[in-house]
Amino acid sequence: MGASWDDVQEGMEIPTLEKNCSTQQLVYWAAGSGDFYQIHYDHNFARATGLENIIVHGALKHAFLGQLLHDWVGNEGRVKRVGCSYRGMDFPDEDIHCKGVVTRKYEENGEKLVDLEIWTENPAGARTSPGNATVQLP
Amino acid sequence: MSDETQESLITDEMRAAIGKESEPTTLEIDKTSVRMFARAVGYSDPVYYDEAAAQAAGYRSLPAPPGYLGTPVFDPNRRGVRQQAMMEPSRPLKRVLNGGTDIEYLADICAGDVLTSTSGISSIEERQGRLGEMLITTTKTTYRNESGKVVAIMTGTGIRY
Repeated sequence: MGASWDDVQEGMEIPTLEKNCSTQQLVYWAAGSGDFYQIHYDHNFARATGLENIIVHGALKHAFLGQLLHDWVGNEGRVKRVGCSYRGMDFPDEDIHCKGVVTRKYEENGEKLVDLEIWTENPAGARTSPGNATVQLP
Repeated sequence: MSDETQESLITDEMRAAIGKESEPTTLEIDKTSVRMFARAVGYSDPVYYDEAAAQAAGYRSLPAPPGYLGTPVFDPNRRGVRQQAMMEPSRPLKRVLNGGTDIEYLADICAGDVLTSTSGISSIEERQGRLGEMLITTTKTTYRNESGKVVAIMTGTGIRY
């Protein structure tokens, strides 16, 4: 059961999605996405490029924000747009809190739409992938 | 702002490439690839794993989760779009970062679909940032289904520094 447009209010926060990537999950992601850049699974390679550790793929955080929205709207709603910037690095075995707040509720071309501000947050509270999204709700 | 005495990082070759559409890429969506992607993200919604659940929810087959726009048909002999975006700047930049992703969805994408994408560089900018000298390339990729309908548009930002 997903959200209903009638129940949505501007300013409301949607349920947080909690993530914490194992290195194994990053390898699943490499295979699932086709992004095999070694800074995401090879410590020696990552350090040689100046990173302190392997880092979580930006596109995986984008996909986490997609899941945050999908899990909220359900299958009667649709995710229409998801966009985010990769502003800060996230590391394996650290919490990534995926969050969203409704910024606008409106109808357009007969569709019931909601715009949101979305982001991932690291354990220090920094927004490492800020962005925005549009969803359609029943 | 960049030092005016320094030559631009952006070469004539790069400038000439702005706005040019790439050759089309074929991308397949199949049930196994949807499941792999959904598993990698950590979805538990059965629509991404079980065809009966997907159809009961009104999809033609397993839907592509947000962020999944198919898997390019691999050809070891083809020079990809990625390489095109990696033209050498006037001074070498060693590192690459993904700056951001924005995807707009215009229709459902489901297992069994074959998409065709074309891609082009919409802008190249140079900036001095916290990483030093940076080259920021914005690429727009349009995905069409087999009937030619645009199903998704992705805008990606690549940073070289």
